[in-house]
Amino acid sequence: MSLPLLSGDAPAPAAPRSPAAVIPLRSGKPMSQVLRSKALTIAGAVVPPLIVVILLLLVWELAFSRPGASLPTPIQVWRDAKDLIIDPFFINGSQDIGLGWRVLTSLQRVAFGFGLAAVVGVLVGAIIGQSVWAMRGLDPVFQVLRTVPPLAWLPISLAAFRDSSPSAIFVIFITSIWPIIINTAVGVRNIPQDYRNIAAVLRLNSLEFFWRIMVPSAAPYIFTGLRIGIGLSWLAIVAAEMLTGGVGIGFFIWDAWNSSRLSDIIVALVYIGVVGFLLDRLVAAIGSFVTRGVSAT
Amino acid sequence: MSKRPYLKFDQIGKSFTRGAASTEVLRDINLTIDEGQYVSIIGHSGCGKSTLLNIVAGLTPVTTGAVLLEDKEVNSPGPERAVVFQNHSLLPWLTVYENVSLAVNKVFSGSKSRSERHDWIMHNLQLVHMVHAKDKRPAEISGGMKQRVGIARALAMEPKILLLDEPFGALDALTRAHLQDSVMDIHMKLGNTMIMITHDVDEAVLLSDRVVMMTNGPAATIGEVLDVKLSRPRRRLELVNNRTYTDARAAVLEFLYARHKAPSIAA
Repeated sequence: MSLPLLSGDAPAPAAPRSPAAVIPLRSGKPMSQVLRSKALTIAGAVVPPLIVVILLLLVWELAFSRPGASLPTPIQVWRDAKDLIIDPFFINGSQDIGLGWRVLTSLQRVAFGFGLAAVVGVLVGAIIGQSVWAMRGLDPVFQVLRTVPPLAWLPISLAAFRDSSPSAIFVIFITSIWPIIINTAVGVRNIPQDYRNIAAVLRLNSLEFFWRIMVPSAAPYIFTGLRIGIGLSWLAIVAAEMLTGGVGIGFFIWDAWNSSRLSDIIVALVYIGVVGFLLDRLVAAIGSFVTRGVSAT
Repeated sequence: MSKRPYLKFDQIGKSFTRGAASTEVLRDINLTIDEGQYVSIIGHSGCGKSTLLNIVAGLTPVTTGAVLLEDKEVNSPGPERAVVFQNHSLLPWLTVYENVSLAVNKVFSGSKSRSERHDWIMHNLQLVHMVHAKDKRPAEISGGMKQRVGIARALAMEPKILLLDEPFGALDALTRAHLQDSVMDIHMKLGNTMIMITHDVDEAVLLSDRVVMMTNGPAATIGEVLDVKLSRPRRRLELVNNRTYTDARAAVLEFLYARHKAPSIAA
């Protein structure tokens, strides 16, 4: 082991060099300069969309400011629904609660339905990806079912469950499961033959193969499916709640429509949009954390 | 080291069938390999070298004949015939240490304790001089280092036979020379039986006890087997003008380029 030849491509000089190159750069810069460059980066990301939003609000204000307009202007919305905008978590009575609470109720349903869809979807996708016959049998069925709109499932699930809450969860489940199944199957089919060879040489059993090879290798595909799935479930929950009632954000919109509170609806739309965006980012962030290293082969 | 037939290729033939068309890749492969021998299989691209290695590994089933390891037929993959793949095939989501530990934990789960397994992993990383990078992921280390880890993973399975599928093919010339020396050193220390696929004449002659030369496909078979009677340890610089070495090299070159030209060159 003392043969110098053998140390080959050992990066002996590289190891101490990298911290030495980085540390003086950091400590050498004054704190104010670091803060300034950070502030500039943040400003670059925040200012352009802010300008666009202000412009849109302005156009909206001008378009509906004449008397007798069909929709309220932004200023009107602010006056009407100030309590909803300022405090998402107030409780004034069983039906008079902040939109934050309603969103949380909806999110809870999504968590059940989407969580179930994620588990079942990955398992079914793994089977379809592994077995040619399972794919031939199931893929056409799934391709047809996945085009069925979320709300079309609602009557049949109401009939089956005889209760609104499990029906809403089922609608989430059935809406979000298809992209998860299809993407997982593609990911599993794309596992490099090399990894399968290693599993064969090591005689990994199917459970070990699933956890050690299949899930990490297909993770980028799985997370693409999960991201599409979470988007679809958020679309579906609002529609489902409009019909099933209860406390969720979807029902709030329906309720506001029935009592002609247009400003409340507009505030709720913004809530839904922001939460949907955050959900998408959350799944994407988990995905890029879990799959770190996989894509960079 | 005993000289009984350790590994035996008995009338191996392989055809790939797709629909009605069938291609015969290998025909009548007969060879015996002794324990501890280093055997290279050399031939032009497409002659079925890799198919032959996959058959020994158990990854590809034979059409006719059999591979016998210690008189037992080989028909499925297993850790006693560890493979070093051409493109290292490390799992990119595991660190260097975890890549080796996946193999060690699977193969020795019943026979070694946790700390023994850790020591064994470190021992094998030590053998290929990769301890310093044990917590790095494959994407963070060079091609040569990845191949070292691939070798460590294969060695850590304590295989009866180590199968190397063009292990140095994807490396630059300098890294390749270092790694060849490493493999020779490991072979000296451990006395493993090794079968290496290569298309590099110098590499075959330098490393091997025997060079198996394949004819061109389809229906490729063993054309000639050359014994390289050079003592070990071998030093590449000392061998440059060694008569046995240059004769062996000339014999392989003559086989490959005069008598069995690559089909594209012959045409």
